[in-house]
Amino acid sequence: MTASTTLSRKAINSVIAWAIAMLLFFPIFWIVLSGFKTEAEAVASPPSLLLFEWTLENYREVQQRSDYFRHFYNSVIISLGSTALGLLIAIPAAWAMAFAPGKRTKHVLLWMLSTKMLPPVGVLIPIYLIFRDLNLLDTRIGLVMVLMLINLPIIVWMLYTYFKDIPVDILEAARMDGASLKSELLYVLAPMSMPGIVATLLLNVILAWNEAFWTLNLSTADAAPLTVFIAGYSSPEGLFYAKLSAASTLAIAPIVILGWFSQKQLVRGMTFGAVK
Amino acid sequence: MGSVVLTNVCKNFQKTAVITDINLEIDNGEFVVFVGPSGCGKSTLLRLIAGLEDVTSGSIAINGRDVTGTPPAQRGLAMVFQSYALYPHMSVRNNIAFPLKMSGMDNAAIEQKVRAAADSLNLTDYLDRRPGQLSGGQRQRVAIGRAIVRQPTAFLFDEPLSNLDAALRVAMRLEISQLHRRLAATTIYVTHDQVEAMTLADKIVVLNAGRIEQIGAPLTLYNRPANRFVAGFIGSPTMNIINGDYAAKHHAAAVGIRAEHLRLSATEGAWSGTVDVAEHLGSDTYLYVNIDGVGRLTARGDGAVNMAPGDTVHLTPEADKLHRFDPHGVAL
Repeated sequence: MTASTTLSRKAINSVIAWAIAMLLFFPIFWIVLSGFKTEAEAVASPPSLLLFEWTLENYREVQQRSDYFRHFYNSVIISLGSTALGLLIAIPAAWAMAFAPGKRTKHVLLWMLSTKMLPPVGVLIPIYLIFRDLNLLDTRIGLVMVLMLINLPIIVWMLYTYFKDIPVDILEAARMDGASLKSELLYVLAPMSMPGIVATLLLNVILAWNEAFWTLNLSTADAAPLTVFIAGYSSPEGLFYAKLSAASTLAIAPIVILGWFSQKQLVRGMTFGAVK
Repeated sequence: MGSVVLTNVCKNFQKTAVITDINLEIDNGEFVVFVGPSGCGKSTLLRLIAGLEDVTSGSIAINGRDVTGTPPAQRGLAMVFQSYALYPHMSVRNNIAFPLKMSGMDNAAIEQKVRAAADSLNLTDYLDRRPGQLSGGQRQRVAIGRAIVRQPTAFLFDEPLSNLDAALRVAMRLEISQLHRRLAATTIYVTHDQVEAMTLADKIVVLNAGRIEQIGAPLTLYNRPANRFVAGFIGSPTMNIINGDYAAKHHAAAVGIRAEHLRLSATEGAWSGTVDVAEHLGSDTYLYVNIDGVGRLTARGDGAVNMAPGDTVHLTPEADKLHRFDPHGVAL
């Protein structure tokens, strides 16, 4: 292959990659842009791209009408709480499946994953009734529990994949060195699989942060996270695109920033063990 | 320090028997080497003693105490793994200190012991490095340091030198030998390398297909192998085995003769054959000789033997050095 064909092929690949990236990024870009428009400009046709009157009015109104920081606080508690609880359960579970597998470990793993194939609405009524009877409706602890449960299969799967790459010799060496199971997990397995654990943690925080089905159905005011905050602007009295966009921007900003700063860690964790 | 006694130990993986009815006594301070071909069960046997595998039946006692159901952490043994199995996220210092930390020793005592162990293994300059920054030999020494630091009842070595290059292997072999003399600790060492077995062991246990073929001092196994398997496994090059008329003449199904017990001559001898391959090692020369009616024999000559493939050579076995075997391969 000549140098020029390699170069043109590279150029084509770059153009395709950029096009896909722009396509994925466009809705987010549009939301952010609409948040700075007036309601009239937000629905104007044809839409103006950058040449409009920039305003912060929507942000002021959104904060006045619904308390952003309370929802933000709820989102933080729910996503971090469900992730922490999930890791606490998933680390020992994944350890057992990776290092002491039984005959049916693979089946258990697949069965766990299969629960993710179930449409959540199928179990909405029973879970709603259980929550009602246990007084968990619109409570942060209730949402922490339900989000932990729905994301647990993913956490266990991810950790299982990372743990599988750790040589069992090292854990055996720890046992020979007198480590109890707790010490083995705490001082050897956890530090060694830290990239994987951090990636799992970040991904799960993102999943829990963005989860809308259960948070919308099981919370209204006290425990309502940012998903409920956004939904409040798609009301039956009429659509307020600009305010909805401002609310959405506020809701996704923290997680986008977190994602941006942790992308190195995420990529490292996701490809952990793929290259040695 | 301690003794290790195995009584009727069996181990099955699912329905496959890997270890069959092993009885073995290892005395206090003894250096015992488990040797055998790949898949003979030697590593499994070591792991059973370590407690990393559970026995299917039988019992294991360490220092007179039955430890059959005791977890590895409480058996008081230390193990050096083939892969070194160092903790990659810890410094050399913390790797060596780990077993002491697990036993709850105070920091001052730990530091002192780690220093002593590092001094004895020439690791003092590397205490703050991570295992990834060390060479193979240094990693091996860290693994040994981690094992010796807490003065275990016995040391277990699982093919510790097989990942090292040839020169380093010889050096580490000497170090392990010196270490054993200095600590006088019971040591169980697994290898498939019979040179390691011969040079290190007080007692060799030859394993084959999950059974013990013979237990004895290195030279006992070399000079008086109990069967054809041991005869073939111990010694390099492998013992020559001759069947047929020549064996029948000695009232045996097969006779064995080692390469150094065949006298070489260019002019006369019991057998005459053609040199197929000549290996000149400097100190020795090994000739692979094809002889009609007998087969291919390996003979050792001194370094001055000047023969090339195609040459005719005469071989004479030393009559008192013949090993005779019955049809089942058992020595007569």
